[in-house]
Amino acid sequence: MQASSENEPAIRIEGLCKRFGSRTAVANLDLDVAPGELFSLLGPNGAGKTTTIKMLCCLLRPSAGTASIMGHDIGNDPLAVKRVIGVSPQETAVAPNLTARENLALIAGLHGLDASRARARTDELLEVTGLTQRADDKAKKYSGGLQRRLSVAMALVSDPAVVFLDEPTIGLDPQARRGMWEYIEGLKGETTIVLTTHYLEEADALADRVAVVDDGVLVALGTPAELKARVLGEPVMIVEAVGVTDDALGALLDHYPQAHRVDGGIEIPGEDVSVYEVGDCLRPFDVEIRSTSTKHVSLDDVFLELTGKELRE
Amino acid sequence: MRSTELATRNLREVLRDPVALGIALALPLVLLLTLQALGGDDAPFLTPTRLTPGIVLFGFVMVMFSSAMILSRDRETSLFARLLTTPIRSEEFVWGYSLPYLLVAGVQAIVLTVVGIAVGLSSEGSPLLVALMFALMAVFFVALGMIFGSTMTVAQTSGAYALVLMLTIFGGAWFDLEEIGGVFVTVGDVLPFKHALDGSRAIMADGAGFADVATDLYWVGGYAVVAVVAAVIVFRRRMYE
Repeated sequence: MQASSENEPAIRIEGLCKRFGSRTAVANLDLDVAPGELFSLLGPNGAGKTTTIKMLCCLLRPSAGTASIMGHDIGNDPLAVKRVIGVSPQETAVAPNLTARENLALIAGLHGLDASRARARTDELLEVTGLTQRADDKAKKYSGGLQRRLSVAMALVSDPAVVFLDEPTIGLDPQARRGMWEYIEGLKGETTIVLTTHYLEEADALADRVAVVDDGVLVALGTPAELKARVLGEPVMIVEAVGVTDDALGALLDHYPQAHRVDGGIEIPGEDVSVYEVGDCLRPFDVEIRSTSTKHVSLDDVFLELTGKELRE
Repeated sequence: MRSTELATRNLREVLRDPVALGIALALPLVLLLTLQALGGDDAPFLTPTRLTPGIVLFGFVMVMFSSAMILSRDRETSLFARLLTTPIRSEEFVWGYSLPYLLVAGVQAIVLTVVGIAVGLSSEGSPLLVALMFALMAVFFVALGMIFGSTMTVAQTSGAYALVLMLTIFGGAWFDLEEIGGVFVTVGDVLPFKHALDGSRAIMADGAGFADVATDLYWVGGYAVVAVVAAVIVFRRRMYE
């Protein structure tokens, strides 16, 4: 694995643009990703995530702007860029007539790993992805989920400094997805990872920072906690209740000034709302409390707030 | 070495499709045995010495088609995008895709020549000179396959195959171009096929030496070099989507 020089970002993007005719897929993107950071790109279909990754992997020429990976310019030195990256494309990318072991050896060989190192990495990744038992079966005989695991393993086999994972867990069952998360999490700090995903909880659980992109434009950038705080600020207790009179609400406002009536009950924003205290306030006024729940701000809320769209698979 | 890794993968693809490989090897052989059996005084063009070089050329066109198809098919998958993100150069890419098909072409030519000799093919001249002529033709056809595979869809590749097969008529594989004359001779002289067939027949039947067939070798070699350079240039452009 190679490291960029001290203080230099693993990925630096400056004014990156991609236009297809009159349509702008990526507009003037500026971004730095630190070495060892797990960075997530979030956006709906057509937002420009995959186009950005393709430019960074030297598969597409930018219309304007530039970027460097570990100090290597994507326009001037694509071979040097390709030596330090591993890529798992959005669609499963395996050679169907080769076995898992042969697929991994192929990519290791193309990255110049010597035979013994390639064997060691292959065995390690087969183990991590749970493919050891079927390592010598042709990939075309695998289920979609197994092919996906192999595809991700192929991105990691060369032990790259920067890994691009475009929807890495799509098609995986929950158990396999959890296993993949654990593995990706284990790479944090050592390997710089750029992850695009439709699973917002995936970005929430794994990413150090998240960039929300929509229509080719960077809409927001920050840690998941920062983004959530920016959008809605704090959790909200939802009290489903009948018979909330003005007096009852007044009693509650003495304790929680942000409480307000909504259809079917009351909402009380705040970090430290006590369900017992709420009950003590409302009970003297014969309010019938049917249920209480706390709504935490999720990246779904952030996404909806920032783009006006819901992110769906 | 990166091209060797890619060539190994592509060779596995060839060997793991035994039906296609069998057809590529068996069809020209069946054609040779059938046509030479029809030969005789009434059909002097169907002697093994006249037929074999033409059928080797026909076999190379089939190999060209196979090499174009694997590249064209790969281009339509995400695997190809993945391969393009590895540090492999365009010339290594072309070599990695070509090598397995050059091997198939070599085996095909050897089998046809050996069987041809068994049924009466003359072998007067230098086998090395014949091998050189066939090798240059094989390089030309496989490079042509790389160009088609780099630029065309799977369906378009089939059309290009039919077109090249038609153009080989100008090589004089199945009839004597001089007897027809006119545009057939003019076009035949410009394309490499007639030079390849005339040269290899002269070596086999008349024991012609290098000096005798130098012009034919240069024509075929020139086409091979141009095709290889063009394949690398075309591929280099294809390394970006």
